[in-house]
Amino acid sequence: MDIGLTHYLVLSVLLFGVGLYGVLSRRNAVVILMCIELMLNAANLTLVAFSRYIFFYGQAIVIFSLVIAAAEVSVGLATIITFYRQRKNIDIKNINLLKW
Amino acid sequence: MGINIAFWVFAAMAIAGALMVVTMHSLFRAALGLILCILSIAGLFITLSNEYLGIIQILIYIGAIAVLIIMAIVMTRDVEHSNRSSTYKLPAIVCSLAFIGIAIWTILNTKWVPKFTLSDTSLPAKSIGQMLFGQSGLVLAVEIAALLIMVAVIGAISVAKEK
Amino acid sequence: MHISSIAPEFIWAIWWLPLAAFAVIAPLIRPFPGKAEPASYISIGAIGISFILSCWLLISVWNTDGHQILVNGLNWLDITNGPIFNFGLLLDPLSAVMLVVVTAVSFIVQVYSRAYMHSDPSYRRYFAFISLFTASMLGLIMSTNLLSTFIFWELVGLSSYLLIGFWFHRPSAIAAAKKAFLITRIGDIGFLAALLLLYSKANTLDILALNSSAVTAVLSGGVLTLSALGLFLGAVGKSGQFPLHIWLPDAMEGPTPVSALIHAATMVAAGVFLVGRMYPLFDAAPHALTVVGIVGAFTAVFAGTMGLVMKDIKRVLAYSTISQLGLMFLGLALGGVWVGIFYLFNHAFFKALLFLGAGSINHATGTFDMREMGGLRKKLPCTCACFTLAALSLAGIWPLAGFFSKEEVLTAAWDKQPLLFIFAIITTFLTAFYIFRVVFMVFAGKYRGSQRLHESSKTMLLPMIILAIPALASGWLNANGGFERLFVSEGLATNSFWDGIVGMFTHPLPWISLATAGFGILLAYVMYIKVWVKPDRLKGNLHPIYAILTRKYWMDDLYEKLIAGSLLYRGVFRAAQWFDQVIINGATSGLASITKTVASRTSRTQNGALQLYALVAITGILIIALVVILI
Repeated sequence: MDIGLTHYLVLSVLLFGVGLYGVLSRRNAVVILMCIELMLNAANLTLVAFSRYIFFYGQAIVIFSLVIAAAEVSVGLATIITFYRQRKNIDIKNINLLKW
Repeated sequence: MGINIAFWVFAAMAIAGALMVVTMHSLFRAALGLILCILSIAGLFITLSNEYLGIIQILIYIGAIAVLIIMAIVMTRDVEHSNRSSTYKLPAIVCSLAFIGIAIWTILNTKWVPKFTLSDTSLPAKSIGQMLFGQSGLVLAVEIAALLIMVAVIGAISVAKEK
Repeated sequence: MHISSIAPEFIWAIWWLPLAAFAVIAPLIRPFPGKAEPASYISIGAIGISFILSCWLLISVWNTDGHQILVNGLNWLDITNGPIFNFGLLLDPLSAVMLVVVTAVSFIVQVYSRAYMHSDPSYRRYFAFISLFTASMLGLIMSTNLLSTFIFWELVGLSSYLLIGFWFHRPSAIAAAKKAFLITRIGDIGFLAALLLLYSKANTLDILALNSSAVTAVLSGGVLTLSALGLFLGAVGKSGQFPLHIWLPDAMEGPTPVSALIHAATMVAAGVFLVGRMYPLFDAAPHALTVVGIVGAFTAVFAGTMGLVMKDIKRVLAYSTISQLGLMFLGLALGGVWVGIFYLFNHAFFKALLFLGAGSINHATGTFDMREMGGLRKKLPCTCACFTLAALSLAGIWPLAGFFSKEEVLTAAWDKQPLLFIFAIITTFLTAFYIFRVVFMVFAGKYRGSQRLHESSKTMLLPMIILAIPALASGWLNANGGFERLFVSEGLATNSFWDGIVGMFTHPLPWISLATAGFGILLAYVMYIKVWVKPDRLKGNLHPIYAILTRKYWMDDLYEKLIAGSLLYRGVFRAAQWFDQVIINGATSGLASITKTVASRTSRTQNGALQLYALVAITGILIIALVVILI
């Protein structure tokens, strides 16, 4: 069987699903950030696959996706480090100031 | 045939890396899993005959983002055994599986129609460059993205700065 | 220029001038400090011109064919495909006579007030209100439409409220003003109901149309009777008839010239005027007219008895007014418009004079309590003369004004209703007695107070002397049937002037009336001058009756304790309060507490657990995706 678009898409869905599971279940903020990177990568993979099989425009979007991922990581890690300075841990359970 | 084998290998590696991220107790190993995953995705890009993006992927994700994450892991203590799961483990699994199921079902039931034939793809770097900076390109979006990353960097500095 | 042709502009000016005076005094002059005098000049000047114009108008009406001038006004309420309410001026003998009375009394009262209110800090406010009062009354008299009549009717009520409560720093004045306003409001409900009923049936509120349709019996009998009774209820409230009379004695809390104006010309006359104005309608509803007569006759006696025991000079006069108004209604019911209006016309002058005299006495003695007066004849000769003249006129002594008007009422009663005639004769006796009780207690004997007495200033005396002339002579206007012919156009035998004054004694009725009045005066003389019968002993012997009278038949208690206190306060208001607190307040606070509970419960879900939020969001997305796929 030849490798086609469907294979790439299913793979990226699996990667995205794993990343989603990580975001929902991990307690360490850094790991959650990493899982978000996973999900972004899965999306990138989809875009590149589409650009190969459907229409070539998707690869330009990947560049923007990279930019956004970089921005997100820099701000996210800065926030985590600031939080760590104050609380001495980065457990997501403690990041709950935004409540009633 | 070679590309088929490469796909399956990279796919297996990517899944394995992703699973490492969410299962390893050590943060370091999780980070290594992420790098493995990113590397395999870069490889997959190449199997999609998009070498340019594959290289960019390695440069930016591994050279910048992964390093940044590892630095963050180093700066926050309690590295070993800190990658524990929260109370929402079971709902998270159900949710992810449901997502995967729905998404795969959708993919398999969609008729994908190519807008062009495989033969007329030009060099990816050139086409990306044309798309971004060409006559009817996305120059404005590029500028905005540049502004965004600059703001993000300045914001990150100001947030993380020791008061 | 022929004198009979008065231009419509001048007719408008009659009520427009006092209104303008009010507008100028109240907002334009009053806010600025400075001399208060100009306010009175403006007000008096305006009403003076109005008076002259009214006299001219009366002559014009007299000379016009059909004795009626109709000035088309503006359509001030013009509803598309609906009714048009015209605001015009209707001038017939009734309104012309009323105009003359109102402007004359108002003019004299205002001149008098310049001296009476001289040192009052609210001098300008006083003249502004009194101008408004007069203007509203003039508008009420002239309007062609019952709706605008009602509006002016309410304006009269408002201005009387303002004037009765003029000294608003006194709690009693506030209470009296409130009482007057609320009690007359009960009557106004009747008036308004009658308006609605009439409009729904006759589709118009034009006075002439209503009167003619009443005559041609377009309206069915029941509607006619009901609406006539409604209008009469309004008149009862305004004119202080039983059972809505209780506000009038309390209205004495206002300045005395205001009392004179209210009792003589403006406020209470409005009720009599309204019945007179709608007389064809009443005429077509004989039951309503019977009610008018019975209420009038009963009130005349009822109020007269209370006047017997009052110690406050103004209260005696107040009950006398109620009693006399009763006679006016009796006259209206039995004799027709002109009898009632003739009575009102004469009564206006001598009653105003009595009140101005009371004001003059008050200036000298500083009190209205008759027990602290006595022997004022020597110190206040002019006041004494005027007051006594007016008292004689009120008592109905020949040949003063009061005699002639009372004579007409008595004649009408004699001819039609012997029972009501008895009431009227009793009233004659009571009137003579209580007014001469006042005269003897105030002017005869020795002074019992402690003030240094002095006659009032010329500004106060001159109006009284001027008023004394009509109080003496206004009755002679009908001596040759002139006044009557103004109203009743059918051929009446014209008798000579002298015949009218002396010739009536061929009939036994004037003798009876004179003898009754004379007996009343004699009794007062016997009790208060000669003291053959000691009033105190009589008081002791007739204690139960005396108690009833001084407690005003417990009417005040009935209203205040029973109706206001028990029925309204403990009953209706308590129920309303319960409804308000338990149902309304309970509903709103219940709603609030439900919201609060729900909010505090749901806010628990906002526990700050980021992953829970993400889980919920993803679940939502999945559900949407499922729905999209499955549909």
